[in-house]
Amino acid sequence: MSVQKETQNPMFYMLMVVLVVMSLGPIVLMLATSFKTNVDVYDSSVSAFFFAPTMANYETVLCDVLWYEPSHVEYCDPTFGRALGNSIYVALVSTGLTLLMGCMAAYALVRFRFMGRGTVSMTTLMMRMVPPAVLLVPVFGIWTFQYGLDGTFTGIILVYTAMNLPFVIWILQSFIVQVPMQLEEAARMDGANPIQIFFLVVLPIIKPGLAAAAIFTFRIAWNEFLLGNALLDRNTRTVPVTIVNSITEYDINWGVIMATGMLLAIPPILFTFVASKQIITGMTAGAVKG
Amino acid sequence: MSIANKANRLTPYVFMAPAAIILTVALLYPICYMIYASFLDWSPSQRIGEADFVGLRNYANLLQDAAFRESFWVTIKFAAVVVTLEMIIGVGLALLLDRNIKGMSTLRTIFILPMMIAPIVVGLMWRYMYHPTVGIFNRTLKSWGFEGIPWLSDSNWSFVAVVMADVWQWTPFIFILSLAAMQSLPRSALEAAEIDGATEMQKIFFIKLPLMLPVLIVTLMLRLIDAFKVLEVIMVLTNGGPGLSTEIVALRIFRTAQEFQELGEAAAMSNTLLMVLMALTIGMFMYNKMQENRAVRMKAAASKGAV
Repeated sequence: MSVQKETQNPMFYMLMVVLVVMSLGPIVLMLATSFKTNVDVYDSSVSAFFFAPTMANYETVLCDVLWYEPSHVEYCDPTFGRALGNSIYVALVSTGLTLLMGCMAAYALVRFRFMGRGTVSMTTLMMRMVPPAVLLVPVFGIWTFQYGLDGTFTGIILVYTAMNLPFVIWILQSFIVQVPMQLEEAARMDGANPIQIFFLVVLPIIKPGLAAAAIFTFRIAWNEFLLGNALLDRNTRTVPVTIVNSITEYDINWGVIMATGMLLAIPPILFTFVASKQIITGMTAGAVKG
Repeated sequence: MSIANKANRLTPYVFMAPAAIILTVALLYPICYMIYASFLDWSPSQRIGEADFVGLRNYANLLQDAAFRESFWVTIKFAAVVVTLEMIIGVGLALLLDRNIKGMSTLRTIFILPMMIAPIVVGLMWRYMYHPTVGIFNRTLKSWGFEGIPWLSDSNWSFVAVVMADVWQWTPFIFILSLAAMQSLPRSALEAAEIDGATEMQKIFFIKLPLMLPVLIVTLMLRLIDAFKVLEVIMVLTNGGPGLSTEIVALRIFRTAQEFQELGEAAAMSNTLLMVLMALTIGMFMYNKMQENRAVRMKAAASKGAV
């Protein structure tokens, strides 16, 4: 097999091209449509990919945050601009909190072993399997009637943090196990306390793990619809919630909605291209080390 | 010294505390609450204390509810079909492409994209492609002279449509995991087989697949658990319709709570779904334990043999 490495059958390249086209196709189509006027979308003589592109859809969506006033927008709907801000805030804060708490907990679980690792991975696995739909009813009830957090950012950040913690702890554990104990002992000899050891010695070493965990957490908080829909009100809604609210049964303005979808998809796409290696590491660590 | 000692002993608890508190307050408590709520007749305008305790009535209603049984069946069917298709395609592609091809890492990067994009957006783009007049599928079919397909308005086609969207989104997951597993297989076994003159097919069926089996089973379980959670894509595509043809349980829970305002019943459904998933997870965990034990025994046997 090692002999034929250099000259692969061209069929494999064909297959790879087909696969790339299939998995990118829908995304590229969405991107193309987001630059299309609604007239062109409904005109069957206009090709799916070749047409006169326009920024009008993005201007309509972002009219509230643009520095100029787009000429074609008669009434500027501030919903999306606000939702975008909300989404960024909620996703960033909950990612930060989850990472901080997650790596502290993972460190304690690995280094101090006051609970068996079996128990921990069992519990995290159990928690991971809970579908958001199952949390819908209780979270709605508790947040509204007991915590008084409905419609607030605190409320939604609390849910997202809790939802992501098990997975983050699980992933980070597998990275912390690989940190050599001698490094920590050396730091202890030099008079560092446990907190210093953790933040100054351990954290810098597990940076790749933190990156993977951060991307997974951000993705969930950024994409989540169900709980956001149940908990948030008009002013605190995130982007996925506004998108679903703007889909009507008939007469969809496809250009505008695709532009909205594209804006929601851009951050995860960027992360994928920047850190695909970490994502794959995180994915395989999460599954293979079950 | 004693203070420092005490601090050291407290450290693990200090490190654990924030995560433990959040998990208790925002995950464990809600789940327990839900189990309790499934015994109540409860509407969203009521506090939970005001709701009447009705015992097992919600569950009894579920059992008699033909619509719930239907959506339970749809869920099982959906999960079975998508996981089978994705396993076959994903593992098949991994077997085919498990060689030194240039551009493999680019392919993997592109393959992750569908999983990273919001399910809502995935639903949107497939809904656009399935659109009866402006969608790319029907336009292509019509330009070739065929009839358009009623993707989302016919109850058989709509099931096909949601399955296709899910296969598009999640096959790469299985592909990437099985490729990773394949590339970490012990080279020695494959080389030995080569020396013995095994064909490509024999290598796949007698060496690669059996050695990968533990990872494949974990992958299958993870995907199966996730398939029960799918909600947003289907909601955007068909909202469960036409009729109940694509209404999986997660979506039914959402609609029972949101549209019909029957929180107690939604909680009972959630509980049922949770129990199914729990059984799957425990099954996966037991399998893992079994594998570990077997590996330990094999190692022990091997070292004994060496002595």
